[in-house]
Amino acid sequence: MEFLRPLSWEEALALRAGRPDAVPIQGGTDVMVEINFEVRRPGALLDLNPVRELAEWEMAEGRLRIGAGLPYTRLIEEVGDRVPGLAQAARTVGSPQIRNRGTVGGNLGAASPAGDCHPPLLAAGAQVEVESAAGGVRMIPAEEFYLGVKRTALRDDELIRAVWLRPAEGPQHFSKVGTRNAMVIAVCSFAIALHPAERRVGTGIGSAAPTPLRAAEAEEFLAGELAGEPAWGRSLPDGLAERFGELVGRAAAPIDDVRGTAAYRRHALAVMARRTLTWAWQDRLAGTGRS
Amino acid sequence: MRVTFTVNGSRESVDDVWEGESLLYVLRERMGLPGAKNACEQGECGSCTVYLDGAPVCACLVAAGQVEGREVRTVEGLADGGRLDPVQEAFVECGAVQCGFCTPGLIVQTHALLARRPDPSDAEIREALAGNLCRCTGYEKILDAVRLAASRKTGAE
Repeated sequence: MEFLRPLSWEEALALRAGRPDAVPIQGGTDVMVEINFEVRRPGALLDLNPVRELAEWEMAEGRLRIGAGLPYTRLIEEVGDRVPGLAQAARTVGSPQIRNRGTVGGNLGAASPAGDCHPPLLAAGAQVEVESAAGGVRMIPAEEFYLGVKRTALRDDELIRAVWLRPAEGPQHFSKVGTRNAMVIAVCSFAIALHPAERRVGTGIGSAAPTPLRAAEAEEFLAGELAGEPAWGRSLPDGLAERFGELVGRAAAPIDDVRGTAAYRRHALAVMARRTLTWAWQDRLAGTGRS
Repeated sequence: MRVTFTVNGSRESVDDVWEGESLLYVLRERMGLPGAKNACEQGECGSCTVYLDGAPVCACLVAAGQVEGREVRTVEGLADGGRLDPVQEAFVECGAVQCGFCTPGLIVQTHALLARRPDPSDAEIREALAGNLCRCTGYEKILDAVRLAASRKTGAE
């Protein structure tokens, strides 16, 4: 195995292009587990820690650009108020020690269906900025990024540079089911983002299909039911949250595994969808959810 | 490969490090610093908690090459010469040690908590220590020790 240590983004892209067998490593919280347990023996590790600009964030063109190497702890502290759904998900990742190392970029690169960042990124309509030395920059919508279990739209010579998302324009919530509050890989998870200005709803389902995914039918149903200005300022009609939950549960394609059964996951998703919508709506009526 | 980094204030170079090796292995097996414990090797137990550039992390999940030029502080680096750190003293006084295996990780994590938040609530203590498992389940005395160390730090005692 080789250890590649680029000191700049350009050098990282050049090394990536020449070494398709290299595995990029940021916080190591996924990659090192696989190496420690001999699940993986890559030809090389491509350490992205020295590329300091990856650990920064900025506001550009009215959107937040979060560097792929920004640890969760800093994401929560420095931009959490602007991306509350993502920040809520980040708070549920592992332990404080893991959050000091783990990154959104690493979560995207690993592309586990259970990754905590994916549902809020989907709900918020985030884009993934990737780059290669030969092909330049590509912006990939989150919903097109996940192709299968641990498979992404990233090409062999590309690296993840950042994720882009607009600061929340309405309430956002994330919910996750597991055996305890800390140190838990999601049995399943759900994120909602309300976009009141566009009369639109965003959703993301985690750990209940081969990839994270949106519940498109549920989004359309809810937006349709709430069409029109007055509806967004009133209490939720009876039964609406329940119906929304059912549609979210139906959007999933879960399996039975060690963490839970498919039936349980569908049920839990319906409950989480109902609850997160209720919380988001309470925020909206209370005026606390940024509208 | 050779890795050069600062450990407990001293600049050290280690040779013949395998590229896939963890910081934990380097500390324990190559540098004679067995304080950080090797247990789960997957970031679940917190027994290997050390500071990396001032932030507590699981040493088992840091690739050795990633610490090149950086600063690591282990549980061995908390005492001031012969004088234990107040967090260590509090663990001794409270009997917050049963088998002792999780203790170094808990002490480093507690040290980091109190540096950031000298007077934490019980909820904050539990949250901070959520990634440190005590298999003996001696959590009550551990919480006592954290509270004692905090009270001394804030001068309440």
